[in-house]
Amino acid sequence: MLKNKSIVSIDDVSESDISEIFSVSDRMLNALEAGKKLEMLDGKIMATLFYEPSTRTRLSFESSMHRLGGSVVSVSDVKSSSVAKGETLADTIRMAESYSDVIVIRHPLEGAARLASKFSTKPVINAGDGSGQHPTQTLLDLYTMRKYFGKIDGLRIAMVGDLRYGRTVHSLLLALSNFDVEVTLISPQILKMPEHIRERLGKNIKVKSRENLDEKMDEFDVFYVTRIQKERFTDQNEYNSVIGLYSIDVSTVGKMKKNAIIMHPLPRVDEIKPEVDYLPNAAYFKQAYYGVPVRMALLSMILGA
Amino acid sequence: METTLKVSKIKDGTVIDHVPAGKALRVVSILKIENNPDVSTTIAMRVQSEKLGRKDVIKIENKYLNRDDLDRISLVAPDATISIVSNYQIKEKFTVKLTKTIVGILKCPNQGCITNVKEPVNSEFSVVSEKPLILRCFYCERNMTEKEVLSQL
Repeated sequence: MLKNKSIVSIDDVSESDISEIFSVSDRMLNALEAGKKLEMLDGKIMATLFYEPSTRTRLSFESSMHRLGGSVVSVSDVKSSSVAKGETLADTIRMAESYSDVIVIRHPLEGAARLASKFSTKPVINAGDGSGQHPTQTLLDLYTMRKYFGKIDGLRIAMVGDLRYGRTVHSLLLALSNFDVEVTLISPQILKMPEHIRERLGKNIKVKSRENLDEKMDEFDVFYVTRIQKERFTDQNEYNSVIGLYSIDVSTVGKMKKNAIIMHPLPRVDEIKPEVDYLPNAAYFKQAYYGVPVRMALLSMILGA
Repeated sequence: METTLKVSKIKDGTVIDHVPAGKALRVVSILKIENNPDVSTTIAMRVQSEKLGRKDVIKIENKYLNRDDLDRISLVAPDATISIVSNYQIKEKFTVKLTKTIVGILKCPNQGCITNVKEPVNSEFSVVSEKPLILRCFYCERNMTEKEVLSQL
Protein backbone atom coordinates (compact mmCIF):
# COMPACT_ATOMS: atom_id res chain seq x y z
CA MET A 1 0.00 0.00 0.00
CA LEU A 2 1.49 3.30 -1.05
CA LYS A 3 -1.13 5.58 0.52
CA ASN A 4 0.60 8.50 2.27
CA LYS A 5 3.96 6.85 1.75
CA SER A 6 7.13 8.67 0.69
CA ILE A 7 9.07 7.24 -2.24
CA VAL A 8 12.69 8.16 -1.64
CA SER A 9 14.54 5.04 -2.67
CA ILE A 10 13.55 2.16 -4.89
CA ASP A 11 13.76 0.07 -1.69
CA ASP A 12 10.65 1.92 -0.48
CA VAL A 13 8.64 0.12 -3.15
CA SER A 14 7.97 -3.59 -2.67
CA GLU A 15 7.58 -6.13 -5.45
CA SER A 16 3.81 -6.18 -4.95
CA ASP A 17 3.77 -2.34 -5.01
CA ILE A 18 5.58 -2.49 -8.38
CA SER A 19 3.02 -4.82 -9.92
CA GLU A 20 0.20 -2.65 -8.57
CA ILE A 21 1.90 0.49 -9.96
CA PHE A 22 2.15 -1.21 -13.36
CA SER A 23 -1.49 -2.20 -13.48
CA VAL A 24 -2.61 1.30 -12.41
CA SER A 25 -0.16 2.73 -15.00
CA ASP A 26 -1.85 0.59 -17.67
CA ARG A 27 -5.22 2.06 -16.70
CA MET A 28 -3.78 5.59 -16.73
CA LEU A 29 -2.22 4.97 -20.15
CA ASN A 30 -5.56 3.74 -21.52
CA ALA A 31 -7.30 6.83 -20.14
CA LEU A 32 -4.64 9.11 -21.65
CA GLU A 33 -4.87 7.44 -25.04
CA ALA A 34 -8.65 7.59 -24.97
CA GLY A 35 -8.44 11.31 -24.12
CA LYS A 36 -10.49 10.68 -20.99
CA LYS A 37 -10.65 13.49 -18.46
CA LEU A 38 -9.72 12.39 -14.95
CA GLU A 39 -10.52 14.31 -11.80
CA MET A 40 -9.44 11.92 -9.07
CA LEU A 41 -6.97 14.41 -7.55
CA ASP A 42 -9.28 17.41 -7.82
CA GLY A 43 -8.50 19.75 -4.92
CA LYS A 44 -5.06 18.20 -4.24
CA ILE A 45 -1.86 20.24 -4.58
CA MET A 46 1.59 18.98 -5.50
CA ALA A 47 4.63 21.15 -4.59
CA THR A 48 7.69 20.74 -6.78
CA LEU A 49 11.06 21.81 -5.36
CA PHE A 50 13.73 21.43 -8.02
CA TYR A 51 17.18 22.48 -6.84
CA GLU A 52 18.74 21.14 -10.02
CA PRO A 53 17.67 21.65 -13.62
CA SER A 54 15.21 19.18 -15.05
CA THR A 55 13.01 19.10 -18.11
CA ARG A 56 11.39 15.68 -18.45
CA THR A 57 11.00 14.79 -14.80
CA ARG A 58 9.51 18.10 -13.84
CA LEU A 59 7.26 18.38 -16.89
CA SER A 60 6.03 14.84 -16.54
CA PHE A 61 5.30 15.19 -12.81
CA GLU A 62 3.43 18.44 -13.42
CA SER A 63 1.62 17.03 -16.43
CA SER A 64 0.65 13.93 -14.42
CA MET A 65 -0.81 16.02 -11.61
CA HIS A 66 -2.79 18.19 -14.05
CA ARG A 67 -4.00 15.10 -15.93
CA LEU A 68 -5.45 13.82 -12.64
CA GLY A 69 -7.27 17.09 -12.00
CA GLY A 70 -4.87 18.30 -9.31
CA SER A 71 -2.82 21.46 -9.23
CA VAL A 72 0.84 22.34 -8.85
CA VAL A 73 2.80 24.94 -6.92
CA SER A 74 6.51 25.27 -7.52
CA VAL A 75 9.66 27.25 -6.83
CA SER A 76 10.66 28.36 -10.29
CA ASP A 77 14.10 29.69 -9.47
CA VAL A 78 15.89 28.31 -6.45
CA LYS A 79 18.58 31.01 -6.71
CA SER A 80 16.06 33.69 -5.82
CA SER A 81 14.28 31.61 -3.21
CA SER A 82 14.80 31.47 0.52
CA VAL A 83 17.44 28.77 0.00
CA ALA A 84 19.70 31.44 -1.42
CA LYS A 85 19.13 33.37 1.81
CA GLY A 86 20.57 30.49 3.79
CA GLU A 87 17.39 28.64 4.75
CA THR A 88 17.91 24.97 5.53
CA LEU A 89 16.18 22.33 3.45
CA ALA A 90 14.42 21.20 6.62
CA ASP A 91 12.78 24.63 7.02
CA THR A 92 11.87 24.84 3.33
CA ILE A 93 10.17 21.46 3.61
CA ARG A 94 8.22 22.47 6.73
CA MET A 95 6.92 25.44 4.75
CA ALA A 96 6.18 23.46 1.58
CA GLU A 97 4.25 20.74 3.41
CA SER A 98 1.86 23.31 4.81
CA TYR A 99 1.08 24.50 1.26
CA SER A 100 0.62 21.12 -0.41
CA ASP A 101 -0.50 17.49 -0.20
CA VAL A 102 2.60 15.92 -1.75
CA ILE A 103 6.15 17.21 -2.29
CA VAL A 104 8.34 16.31 -5.26
CA ILE A 105 11.99 17.17 -4.74
CA ARG A 106 15.16 17.12 -6.81
CA HIS A 107 18.36 18.11 -5.03
CA PRO A 108 22.10 17.96 -5.75
CA LEU A 109 22.91 16.31 -2.40
CA GLU A 110 22.38 12.62 -1.73
CA GLY A 111 19.90 11.88 1.01
CA ALA A 112 18.11 15.23 0.55
CA ALA A 113 14.79 13.53 -0.20
CA ARG A 114 15.14 11.25 2.84
CA LEU A 115 15.78 14.31 4.98
CA ALA A 116 12.75 16.00 3.42
CA SER A 117 10.59 12.97 4.25
CA LYS A 118 11.75 13.18 7.86
CA PHE A 119 10.58 16.77 8.21
CA SER A 120 7.35 16.42 6.27
CA THR A 121 4.11 14.87 7.43
CA LYS A 122 3.06 14.85 3.77
CA PRO A 123 4.49 12.23 1.39
CA VAL A 124 7.72 13.14 -0.41
CA ILE A 125 8.73 11.81 -3.81
CA ASN A 126 12.42 11.79 -4.73
CA ALA A 127 12.92 13.13 -8.25
CA GLY A 128 16.69 12.61 -8.06
CA ASP A 129 19.23 13.33 -5.32
CA GLY A 130 22.80 13.97 -6.49
CA SER A 131 24.26 10.76 -7.81
CA GLY A 132 21.96 8.86 -5.46
CA GLN A 133 18.54 7.59 -6.45
CA HIS A 134 15.80 8.44 -8.90
CA PRO A 135 13.08 5.89 -8.08
CA THR A 136 10.29 7.19 -10.34
CA GLN A 137 12.63 7.04 -13.33
CA THR A 138 13.37 3.44 -12.36
CA LEU A 139 9.68 2.61 -12.23
CA LEU A 140 9.08 4.05 -15.69
CA ASP A 141 12.20 2.25 -16.98
CA LEU A 142 10.88 -1.07 -15.69
CA TYR A 143 7.43 -0.26 -17.05
CA THR A 144 8.94 0.43 -20.50
CA MET A 145 10.74 -2.94 -20.53
CA ARG A 146 7.52 -4.66 -19.51
CA LYS A 147 5.54 -2.84 -22.22
CA TYR A 148 8.00 -3.90 -24.93
CA PHE A 149 8.63 -7.49 -23.83
CA GLY A 150 5.56 -8.32 -21.73
CA LYS A 151 7.80 -9.25 -18.78
CA ILE A 152 11.09 -8.33 -17.13
CA ASP A 153 12.27 -11.76 -15.99
CA GLY A 154 14.57 -13.40 -18.49
CA LEU A 155 15.76 -10.16 -20.13
CA ARG A 156 19.41 -9.58 -20.95
CA ILE A 157 20.22 -5.95 -20.36
CA ALA A 158 23.30 -3.89 -21.21
CA MET A 159 23.84 -0.66 -19.26
CA VAL A 160 26.13 1.59 -21.26
CA GLY A 161 28.03 4.79 -20.52
CA ASP A 162 28.35 6.67 -17.25
CA LEU A 163 27.52 4.10 -14.61
CA ARG A 164 29.40 5.94 -11.89
CA TYR A 165 27.56 9.23 -11.64
CA GLY A 166 24.34 8.29 -13.45
CA ARG A 167 21.77 7.95 -10.69
CA THR A 168 19.19 6.36 -12.99
CA VAL A 169 21.42 3.33 -13.50
CA HIS A 170 22.06 3.03 -9.77
CA SER A 171 18.34 2.85 -8.96
CA LEU A 172 17.64 0.65 -11.98
CA LEU A 173 20.33 -1.91 -11.16
CA LEU A 174 19.12 -2.16 -7.55
CA ALA A 175 15.54 -2.67 -8.76
CA LEU A 176 16.58 -5.23 -11.40
CA SER A 177 18.33 -7.28 -8.74
CA ASN A 178 14.84 -8.38 -7.61
CA PHE A 179 14.20 -9.88 -11.05
CA ASP A 180 15.69 -12.87 -12.80
CA VAL A 181 17.73 -10.89 -15.34
CA GLU A 182 21.27 -10.76 -16.66
CA VAL A 183 22.92 -7.34 -16.69
CA THR A 184 26.16 -6.40 -18.41
CA LEU A 185 27.73 -3.15 -17.25
CA ILE A 186 29.60 -1.48 -20.11
CA SER A 187 31.64 1.56 -19.15
CA PRO A 188 35.18 2.91 -19.12
CA GLN A 189 37.14 2.10 -15.98
CA ILE A 190 36.70 5.57 -14.47
CA LEU A 191 32.92 5.49 -14.90
CA LYS A 192 32.16 2.00 -13.65
CA MET A 193 29.28 1.11 -11.35
CA PRO A 194 30.22 2.07 -7.77
CA GLU A 195 30.97 -0.75 -5.33
CA HIS A 196 28.44 0.66 -2.86
CA ILE A 197 25.68 -0.19 -5.36
CA ARG A 198 27.10 -3.56 -6.42
CA GLU A 199 27.44 -4.76 -2.86
CA ARG A 200 23.72 -4.17 -2.29
CA LEU A 201 22.55 -6.37 -5.15
CA GLY A 202 20.37 -9.39 -4.48
CA LYS A 203 21.55 -12.90 -5.22
CA ASN A 204 19.25 -13.54 -8.21
CA ILE A 205 20.83 -11.08 -10.59
CA LYS A 206 23.76 -12.05 -12.81
CA VAL A 207 26.08 -9.09 -13.40
CA LYS A 208 29.05 -8.89 -15.74
CA SER A 209 31.26 -5.91 -16.56
CA ARG A 210 33.28 -4.91 -19.58
CA GLU A 211 34.58 -1.83 -21.37
CA ASN A 212 33.87 -2.72 -24.98
CA LEU A 213 30.38 -2.12 -26.42
CA ASP A 214 30.92 -3.76 -29.82
CA GLU A 215 31.32 -7.41 -28.90
CA LYS A 216 28.37 -9.87 -28.87
CA MET A 217 25.79 -7.11 -29.19
CA ASP A 218 23.17 -9.56 -30.43
CA GLU A 219 22.96 -11.08 -26.95
CA PHE A 220 21.02 -8.21 -25.44
CA ASP A 221 17.31 -7.40 -25.37
CA VAL A 222 17.79 -3.94 -23.89
CA PHE A 223 20.53 -1.35 -24.28
CA TYR A 224 20.14 1.20 -21.49
CA VAL A 225 22.37 4.06 -22.63
CA THR A 226 23.30 7.02 -20.41
CA ARG A 227 24.80 10.39 -21.09
CA ILE A 228 28.28 11.08 -19.83
CA GLN A 229 27.42 14.02 -17.62
CA LYS A 230 29.84 16.90 -17.97
CA GLU A 231 28.51 18.58 -14.82
CA ARG A 232 29.57 15.62 -12.64
CA PHE A 233 33.26 15.91 -13.60
CA THR A 234 35.62 18.14 -11.67
CA ASP A 235 38.50 17.15 -13.94
CA GLN A 236 37.96 18.35 -17.52
CA ASN A 237 40.70 16.05 -18.86
CA GLU A 238 38.88 13.05 -17.45
CA TYR A 239 35.68 14.17 -19.18
CA ASN A 240 37.47 14.66 -22.51
CA SER A 241 38.96 11.17 -22.31
CA VAL A 242 35.58 9.43 -22.12
CA ILE A 243 33.17 11.64 -24.06
CA GLY A 244 32.02 10.01 -27.27
CA LEU A 245 33.38 6.60 -26.27
CA TYR A 246 30.08 4.84 -26.89
CA SER A 247 28.14 6.17 -29.81
CA ILE A 248 25.14 4.36 -31.22
CA ASP A 249 24.36 4.89 -34.88
CA VAL A 250 22.49 2.88 -37.53
CA SER A 251 25.42 0.53 -38.09
CA THR A 252 25.66 -0.20 -34.32
CA VAL A 253 21.94 -1.01 -34.28
CA GLY A 254 22.58 -3.41 -37.20
CA LYS A 255 24.69 -5.53 -34.83
CA MET A 256 21.85 -5.81 -32.31
CA LYS A 257 19.12 -8.42 -32.07
CA LYS A 258 16.21 -7.47 -34.35
CA ASN A 259 13.77 -6.75 -31.53
CA ALA A 260 16.32 -5.23 -29.12
CA ILE A 261 15.35 -1.85 -27.72
CA ILE A 262 17.47 1.18 -26.96
CA MET A 263 16.50 3.10 -23.84
CA HIS A 264 17.93 6.37 -22.51
CA PRO A 265 16.80 8.52 -19.56
CA LEU A 266 17.45 11.63 -21.73
CA PRO A 267 18.74 14.21 -22.37
CA ARG A 268 21.20 12.68 -24.81
CA VAL A 269 24.14 14.46 -26.35
CA ASP A 270 26.23 12.37 -28.75
CA GLU A 271 25.65 8.87 -27.48
CA ILE A 272 22.68 8.10 -29.76
CA LYS A 273 22.72 9.60 -33.25
CA PRO A 274 19.47 11.26 -34.42
CA GLU A 275 19.27 8.79 -37.35
CA VAL A 276 18.52 6.03 -34.81
CA ASP A 277 15.32 7.83 -33.72
CA TYR A 278 13.48 6.51 -36.76
CA LEU A 279 14.31 2.85 -36.15
CA PRO A 280 11.81 0.59 -34.33
CA ASN A 281 14.53 -0.16 -31.78
CA ALA A 282 14.51 3.43 -30.48
CA ALA A 283 12.44 3.24 -27.29
CA TYR A 284 13.64 6.39 -25.52
CA PHE A 285 10.88 8.79 -26.50
CA LYS A 286 8.25 6.20 -25.69
CA GLN A 287 10.08 5.68 -22.39
CA ALA A 288 9.86 9.41 -21.63
CA TYR A 289 6.17 9.32 -22.56
CA TYR A 290 5.55 6.46 -20.11
CA GLY A 291 6.80 8.79 -17.38
CA VAL A 292 3.35 10.37 -17.33
CA PRO A 293 1.14 7.29 -16.79
CA VAL A 294 3.61 5.87 -14.26
CA ARG A 295 3.76 9.13 -12.27
CA MET A 296 -0.02 9.46 -12.54
CA ALA A 297 -0.29 5.98 -11.04
CA LEU A 298 2.11 6.85 -8.23
CA LEU A 299 0.46 10.16 -7.39
CA SER A 300 -3.02 8.64 -7.39
CA MET A 301 -1.90 5.74 -5.17
CA ILE A 302 0.05 7.94 -2.75
CA LEU A 303 -2.76 10.46 -2.44
CA GLY A 304 -5.24 7.66 -2.03
CA ALA A 305 -7.49 8.42 -4.96
CA MET B 1 46.86 -22.21 33.50
CA GLU B 2 47.83 -18.71 34.61
CA THR B 3 47.31 -18.29 38.35
CA THR B 4 48.57 -14.78 38.97
CA LEU B 5 47.03 -11.53 37.84
CA LYS B 6 49.06 -9.51 35.36
CA VAL B 7 47.34 -6.31 36.51
CA SER B 8 46.02 -5.55 39.94
CA LYS B 9 42.37 -5.20 40.93
CA ILE B 10 40.79 -1.77 41.02
CA LYS B 11 38.79 -0.39 43.92
CA ASP B 12 36.16 1.58 42.02
CA GLY B 13 35.63 1.98 38.32
CA THR B 14 35.15 -0.04 35.15
CA VAL B 15 36.85 -3.05 33.63
CA ILE B 16 36.54 -3.53 29.88
CA ASP B 17 37.39 -7.12 29.06
CA HIS B 18 37.42 -9.11 25.80
CA VAL B 19 38.63 -6.20 23.73
CA PRO B 20 40.04 -7.53 20.42
CA ALA B 21 43.83 -7.83 20.67
CA GLY B 22 45.52 -4.59 19.76
CA LYS B 23 42.38 -2.41 20.02
CA ALA B 24 42.82 -1.25 23.65
CA LEU B 25 44.51 2.02 22.78
CA ARG B 26 41.68 2.77 20.34
CA VAL B 27 39.12 2.19 23.12
CA VAL B 28 41.08 4.46 25.47
CA SER B 29 41.17 7.09 22.75
CA ILE B 30 37.37 6.79 22.25
CA LEU B 31 36.80 7.35 25.96
CA LYS B 32 39.08 10.42 25.93
CA ILE B 33 40.58 9.47 29.30
CA GLU B 34 44.25 9.69 28.45
CA ASN B 35 44.55 13.28 29.67
CA ASN B 36 42.09 13.08 32.57
CA PRO B 37 44.13 13.59 35.82
CA ASP B 38 41.41 11.98 37.98
CA VAL B 39 41.34 8.72 36.08
CA SER B 40 44.09 6.10 36.19
CA THR B 41 44.05 3.43 33.54
CA THR B 42 45.78 0.07 33.31
CA ILE B 43 45.99 -1.65 29.98
CA ALA B 44 46.90 -5.27 29.34
CA MET B 45 47.48 -6.06 25.69
CA ARG B 46 47.50 -9.40 23.89
CA VAL B 47 46.90 -11.48 27.01
CA GLN B 48 45.65 -15.04 26.63
CA SER B 49 41.93 -15.57 26.38
CA GLU B 50 39.90 -18.76 26.09
CA LYS B 51 37.23 -16.93 24.12
CA LEU B 52 39.35 -14.80 21.78
CA GLY B 53 42.79 -16.47 21.79
CA ARG B 54 44.39 -13.11 22.55
CA LYS B 55 42.63 -10.13 23.99
CA ASP B 56 43.17 -6.70 25.52
CA VAL B 57 41.85 -5.67 28.94
CA ILE B 58 41.40 -2.13 30.23
CA LYS B 59 40.88 -1.20 33.86
CA ILE B 60 39.79 2.35 34.53
CA GLU B 61 39.69 3.66 38.05
CA ASN B 62 37.08 6.21 39.10
CA LYS B 63 35.18 6.24 35.83
CA TYR B 64 31.81 4.80 34.89
CA LEU B 65 30.68 4.66 31.29
CA ASN B 66 27.58 6.26 29.85
CA ARG B 67 25.38 5.05 26.98
CA ASP B 68 27.32 7.05 24.39
CA ASP B 69 30.64 5.56 25.58
CA LEU B 70 29.19 2.04 25.33
CA ASP B 71 27.84 2.67 21.82
CA ARG B 72 31.24 3.90 20.68
CA ILE B 73 33.07 0.97 22.28
CA SER B 74 30.69 -1.50 20.59
CA LEU B 75 31.88 -0.24 17.19
CA VAL B 76 35.49 -1.20 17.99
CA ALA B 77 35.00 -4.06 20.43
CA PRO B 78 31.62 -5.69 19.71
CA ASP B 79 32.23 -8.55 22.17
CA ALA B 80 33.60 -6.45 25.05
CA THR B 81 32.47 -7.30 28.57
CA ILE B 82 31.95 -4.42 30.96
CA SER B 83 32.30 -4.90 34.72
CA ILE B 84 31.34 -2.13 37.07
CA VAL B 85 33.46 -2.33 40.20
CA SER B 86 32.70 -0.84 43.58
CA ASN B 87 34.93 -1.38 46.61
CA TYR B 88 36.80 -4.19 44.80
CA GLN B 89 33.52 -6.04 44.11
CA ILE B 90 31.89 -6.50 40.70
CA LYS B 91 28.48 -4.87 41.07
CA GLU B 92 27.31 -5.38 37.50
CA LYS B 93 28.62 -7.24 34.48
CA PHE B 94 27.31 -7.11 30.93
CA THR B 95 28.35 -7.37 27.32
CA VAL B 96 28.27 -4.32 25.05
CA LYS B 97 25.82 -4.59 22.21
CA LEU B 98 26.03 -2.95 18.85
CA THR B 99 22.80 -0.98 18.56
CA LYS B 100 20.70 -1.35 15.40
CA THR B 101 21.12 2.32 14.62
CA ILE B 102 24.06 4.54 15.43
CA VAL B 103 22.93 8.11 15.82
CA GLY B 104 25.06 11.23 16.05
CA ILE B 105 28.39 9.49 16.69
CA LEU B 106 29.84 9.22 13.19
CA LYS B 107 30.01 11.54 10.21
CA CYS B 108 28.93 10.19 6.83
CA PRO B 109 32.11 9.78 4.73
CA ASN B 110 30.15 10.66 1.58
CA GLN B 111 30.94 14.34 0.98
CA GLY B 112 27.81 14.60 -1.15
CA CYS B 113 25.55 13.49 1.71
CA ILE B 114 22.96 15.99 2.96
CA THR B 115 24.06 15.34 6.58
CA ASN B 116 27.40 17.02 5.83
CA VAL B 117 25.83 20.43 5.24
CA LYS B 118 24.08 22.73 7.68
CA GLU B 119 20.86 20.84 8.35
CA PRO B 120 19.29 20.20 11.77
CA VAL B 121 19.82 16.42 11.75
CA ASN B 122 22.14 13.94 13.40
CA SER B 123 23.94 11.40 11.27
CA GLU B 124 22.22 8.02 11.41
CA PHE B 125 23.53 4.63 10.36
CA SER B 126 22.05 1.17 10.37
CA VAL B 127 24.22 -1.90 10.88
CA VAL B 128 24.43 -3.93 7.67
CA SER B 129 27.04 -6.35 9.03
CA GLU B 130 28.75 -6.70 12.42
CA LYS B 131 31.78 -8.70 11.28
CA PRO B 132 33.20 -7.11 9.24
CA LEU B 133 31.55 -3.93 10.40
CA ILE B 134 29.51 -2.27 7.65
CA LEU B 135 27.12 0.60 8.37
CA ARG B 136 24.67 2.25 5.99
CA CYS B 137 23.78 5.93 6.08
CA PHE B 138 20.03 6.36 6.61
CA TYR B 139 20.09 9.41 4.34
CA CYS B 140 22.36 8.81 1.35
CA GLU B 141 22.28 4.99 1.71
CA ARG B 142 26.04 4.71 1.20
CA ASN B 143 27.86 1.99 3.09
CA MET B 144 30.60 2.86 5.58
CA THR B 145 33.41 0.36 6.11
CA GLU B 146 35.09 -0.57 9.39
CA LYS B 147 38.19 1.33 8.29
CA GLU B 148 36.14 4.48 7.76
CA VAL B 149 34.42 4.00 11.13
CA LEU B 150 37.72 3.52 12.98
CA SER B 151 39.26 6.56 11.32
CA GLN B 152 36.65 8.70 13.08
CA LEU B 153 36.82 7.22 16.55
